[in-house]
Amino acid sequence: MAQTTQREFMLGEGSGTGSGSQNLRVGVGPAHPAMHGIIRITTELDGEVIVKADVEIGYLHRAFEKDCEEGGYNNAIPFTDRLNYVSPLINNFGYCAAVEKLLGIGVTERCKYIRVIMSEISRICDHLTCIGASAMELGAFTVFLYMIKAREFLWELVEDVTGARLTISYGRVGGVKADLPDGFAERTAKAFKETREVLDEVHRLLTGNRIFMDRMIGVGALSREETIAYAITGPLLRAAGVPYDVRRAQPYDVYDRLEFEIPTQKDGDNYSRYLVRMAEMEQSMRIVEQALAMVPGGPINVDFEGRPVDPAWYVDRGKQGKTEGLLLVPITLSPNLLGSERPAHERINAHDKRVVLPPKETTYGSIEGLMNHFMLIMEGNGIRPPRGEAYVAVEGANGELGFYVVSDGTDRPYRVRCRPPCLPPMAALHRMIEGEMVADLIPTFGSVNMIGGELDR
Amino acid sequence: MGLGAFFTSKLDEAIGWARKYSIFQYPFVTACCGMEYMATACSHYDIDRFGAGLPRFSPRQADVLFVVGTISHKMAPVLKRVYDQMTEPKWVVAFGVCTCTGGFYNNYATVQGIDTIIPVDVYIPGCPPRPESVIDGLMKLQDRIAAQAQRY
Amino acid sequence: MDGAAMLAELRARFGSDVVETHEHRGDHTAVVTREALRRVLAWCRDEPSLAFEMLTDLTAVDYVKYPGRQDGPRFEVVYHLYSLTHNHRLRLKVRVDEDDALVPTAVDLWPIADWFEREVWDMFGVRFAGHPDLRRLLMYEEFVGHPLRKDYPIDRRQPLIGPAS
Repeated sequence: MAQTTQREFMLGEGSGTGSGSQNLRVGVGPAHPAMHGIIRITTELDGEVIVKADVEIGYLHRAFEKDCEEGGYNNAIPFTDRLNYVSPLINNFGYCAAVEKLLGIGVTERCKYIRVIMSEISRICDHLTCIGASAMELGAFTVFLYMIKAREFLWELVEDVTGARLTISYGRVGGVKADLPDGFAERTAKAFKETREVLDEVHRLLTGNRIFMDRMIGVGALSREETIAYAITGPLLRAAGVPYDVRRAQPYDVYDRLEFEIPTQKDGDNYSRYLVRMAEMEQSMRIVEQALAMVPGGPINVDFEGRPVDPAWYVDRGKQGKTEGLLLVPITLSPNLLGSERPAHERINAHDKRVVLPPKETTYGSIEGLMNHFMLIMEGNGIRPPRGEAYVAVEGANGELGFYVVSDGTDRPYRVRCRPPCLPPMAALHRMIEGEMVADLIPTFGSVNMIGGELDR
Repeated sequence: MGLGAFFTSKLDEAIGWARKYSIFQYPFVTACCGMEYMATACSHYDIDRFGAGLPRFSPRQADVLFVVGTISHKMAPVLKRVYDQMTEPKWVVAFGVCTCTGGFYNNYATVQGIDTIIPVDVYIPGCPPRPESVIDGLMKLQDRIAAQAQRY
Repeated sequence: MDGAAMLAELRARFGSDVVETHEHRGDHTAVVTREALRRVLAWCRDEPSLAFEMLTDLTAVDYVKYPGRQDGPRFEVVYHLYSLTHNHRLRLKVRVDEDDALVPTAVDLWPIADWFEREVWDMFGVRFAGHPDLRRLLMYEEFVGHPLRKDYPIDRRQPLIGPAS
């Protein structure tokens, strides 16, 4: 390559090169104030108009797919949390569904409902963050504060169920980690009331706001055909007028029993994407409310005929070998932190000893349970799906989230491929910003909702 | 002991006190921890109570570098450059276990702790740390700022 | 069209170019030869009864350590197709050897193949003939090797600055 001087590099070629007027190259990122993600866009500007853009990603590549190959099937779950870290629950369940398909097992009814409920709460969190952050980048800081406030209420729900706020590792192959806690429906109702108030406020702040509309309408638009050709799914595709949603097209869990709408818009610009996301949050809340009303099994009521026992005491006794009569003692385990009681465990996990860890009281209380636990945990044993491959798609917050898992019959996945929903829009980002002003790059990038963990994996 | 030494130490304290409550941070947000950083910065936990409410996205205007999230080898030169561009006095907070030690990412792509590249003052472990531990880390940094010999 | 009919149609139309077809857990897969790949992809996209408008995913698998397949072609490039019109999916595969890891590009059929193919080149070292700009996508240019190959150790670091660990 010929050596270029600094001046030649900064001043690109452009049409006016001969007359001394040249296009200017401006690098945006990877650390840029108005971008909540680390990518690098090298733009070529003619005045203020972007004539050419080159998007570079990979700054958060942390070897998700390689890491998954290194451990057992359940060991990959914490890595899936950190793919789309704004809605980690959906990733968990997507990956688990792929392994379950490979194994050819199903999950219990209650577990399906729990997965739906938690996925939708996650989706609301994701949309709240996306709209909040992109509004903040346009100067609407209040919206960001309100949205994060609402997200905090939902995170409290998530924490009640999973024990963690963000990186939850709640999914398990064949089930979920723990049952819903007591009083969850009431707390959800309360959190949704707060969230609805926030959404109402944001609607009044943004939807008819002149500045916001001027910056969003007609900006970053992508035609319907091009959106499909770039395999873009999720809110961006629906904003372009295609009502494709994996939850409706290929229903998984119990989505076919729930009533919800798929909001669409026509224009495919940033404003349409904003409207689609706002409408989707309302639909997600509808889904959760229906699912909570329909979830079988009801709240957990362990019958306390004997003594209620502190779980830590129980575990200590078991470890000391004082297991006599332990199985007969009814106990209350916190469903969040220390596993779940046997009735709850059986309600939410598949009855398959090759796959699902036994409940804690069985592990500590009987030799068969202990052996079962060891067989699943020890290296070289564990979950062993038959040879084959499976692709499962779920509707992530940004679109179709796919997991392609290849098994070679051992206890480690031979290959785990994640089909990241925000990679296609990023690949098409240059088509959205070319021909527009350099300031329009910011709302367009915000509306794509790029999540580094998922994009770069 | 001369009079000057007495005055110096007292002036140091005054400047340390002022500095610790006027932290302008540069959030170098890369990954998951950014979500908890947002939560900490917003109204629920309100980092503004500790005088660190205004993020500055220009390294030249900031004096505390919050490194929030996994640093890959591709990102490492950028981080070093941002650090070099900051003016003295400057401090670095490693936010989250990936920045402390690499965390559970031990592979070809990730840096095993940012202290292999730049000096670090306060480590906040957690994957990601809860807002409470972030605020605890921030207070430890404030103590450190107040106690150190001030250059001015 | 259901999956079995799709596979039968493919076999009927492309004959010996369809090396193998199978169905596993409801997913339908066809392995085609490299020479026929572009024809098959184009037909899948344009045939109205299939109408695969979307290339949902494109990836590769390194089979060098897969029991029973150590001696066969090393890489499999995997195409996941989806049709919005008919709401069906199909998986297509093409097998290539390590010495001759070259697959025709699909960029002109689906523009999204651009980045997917760059990623496969980056991670597996499979090249795509006719790709307009085959650079690394995720790793940096200075990186040597292809990390998702089974013989690349997970912790072999190639830092740009700072020590290796």
